[in-house]
Amino acid sequence: MSRDSAPRVRQTGPPGEPRAVAWLYLLPGFVVYAAFLLYPFGRAIQISLYDWDGLTLGTWVGLGNYAQVVQDVGLREAFGHALVLMFFFGVLPLVIGLALAAILNRARVRGLSFFRTVIFLPQVVAMVVVAVAWRRIYAPDGSLNALLDAIGLGSLGRAWLGDYTFALPAVGLIGTWFEIGLVTVLLLAGMGRISGELYEAARLDGAGPLREFFSVTHPAVRGEISVALTLTVIAALKTFDLVYVTTKGGPGNQTSVPSYEVYHRAFELGQVGLAAAIGVTLTVLIFAITYGITRIGDRG
Amino acid sequence: MRISRGEQLANYVILIAFALVALYPLLTIFVSALGTDAGAPGGLANFAQAWDVGHFATYMRTSLLVSSLVVVVATVLSIMTGYALGTMRFRGSSIVFYLFLLGIMMPAEAIVVPLYYDLRAIGLTDTIWAIALPQIAQSVAFGTFWLRTYFRTSSRSVVEAARLDGASSWQILWRVLVPLARPAITTLVVLVFMWTWNEFLIPLVMVTSEGLRTAPLGLAFFQGQYTQGFTLLAAGAFLVALPVVIAYLFLQRHFIAGMLEGAVRE
Repeated sequence: MSRDSAPRVRQTGPPGEPRAVAWLYLLPGFVVYAAFLLYPFGRAIQISLYDWDGLTLGTWVGLGNYAQVVQDVGLREAFGHALVLMFFFGVLPLVIGLALAAILNRARVRGLSFFRTVIFLPQVVAMVVVAVAWRRIYAPDGSLNALLDAIGLGSLGRAWLGDYTFALPAVGLIGTWFEIGLVTVLLLAGMGRISGELYEAARLDGAGPLREFFSVTHPAVRGEISVALTLTVIAALKTFDLVYVTTKGGPGNQTSVPSYEVYHRAFELGQVGLAAAIGVTLTVLIFAITYGITRIGDRG
Repeated sequence: MRISRGEQLANYVILIAFALVALYPLLTIFVSALGTDAGAPGGLANFAQAWDVGHFATYMRTSLLVSSLVVVVATVLSIMTGYALGTMRFRGSSIVFYLFLLGIMMPAEAIVVPLYYDLRAIGLTDTIWAIALPQIAQSVAFGTFWLRTYFRTSSRSVVEAARLDGASSWQILWRVLVPLARPAITTLVVLVFMWTWNEFLIPLVMVTSEGLRTAPLGLAFFQGQYTQGFTLLAAGAFLVALPVVIAYLFLQRHFIAGMLEGAVRE
């Protein structure tokens, strides 16, 4: 949101008179918000300090659960997997999105709005539906293996989501597919604001497409890049439904991620305190990443 | 800007390739949904079959109920909170605003564990409220942010003119500002509808009875239980995706603007 471009009457504070009646307008919304978001988060912090199975009385363990988040091999792996997913959800779509947006912006192709509609479409489809579709594609008799067969690489075929090595990248590529549209459309909006004269000047200087990209396009969309990275990296950290429907964390522990562990530990293993600690850690990570990427983006 | 024909051609090839990649998984669903196998008669009859046999009629009804509830309540509440924070000056307003901002970033994973146990203690789990209320809270956080920004940047002079005419703050909001804010409110409605319809974790944790399963949840269970083939599963998946996709095709600008601008937070 370009808050700088908004017309502002006064520099500080919202417009209008001082009004005590504001509290009445805030009350209903804030009560619901506090009761079902703020309060549960406070409770999550509280529960995370106990060893609790959800049934009997919990015992105080202080920061013990957080120590376990760091030490538990399974959980360490889960956070490691999240890091891999960040590459597939964030970095890969960014590279592809930059290329696509640069092409669209440079070439003024026909059918641009149609292309934008199509490439953004995955963003609005329920992740469960996406997972069902990709499970089909990755199945032993699915279209990925059929494609490999057709180009003579049939020996590479396998049950992708059940494969020890390839399950995590396979899940990650679904994320890449999902995020390309968001990143491309976001970058396109940024590039659309670059004045054509800058490109003319670069071309008069004899700049090719690559030089043009790094000296004109990239500096102008730095803000969009940091927004895209923030959104996609957080999406990678919050990947629950995709993992739940495609692999349930398997094979073994190969595709388990922190948000899946929250569910698994709390509702399947009865490690409620530990699950709450994972949830709180996840929240802190998201806040830190949002803050960090925004700072780097601002500093350039 | 002029570029060579070769480059132009290469660009079209790349764009068409990526458009196909984006569409392929969704087309797989659609094409498979019309096919024939053991449990599926083929063609459009598959959707009727999924509707009955797969219980998607029930799932879709629950989803419609939850989504309407969340959209209506969250929108009305957000209009009021956004109005207060966007147009009025009062002590503590920035603290309240930052508290709401906290909620936009907070993942459902962090609150779902305590919510389950606390709602169970007061007998609210396995009800429609356990699915709707947490999502209303999440949507109010975003809606407050979204409408505050809108009310802040618009209509100061309109508000003052209405006040000079003797209109109360309540009349100014509903008779003057809300009609003007219709595009921003539409975007909010569209986004909250999409988020609620597609939500998975909250209904998964909160409900156990089949009659309260939302559409994505029902689909996930159907996938686990129905193993006779892919056709009915695809038909069900198509039905689950359809409402949001139709909304997207008609209100595309609102979807894209909301998801891109709403993300760029202060």
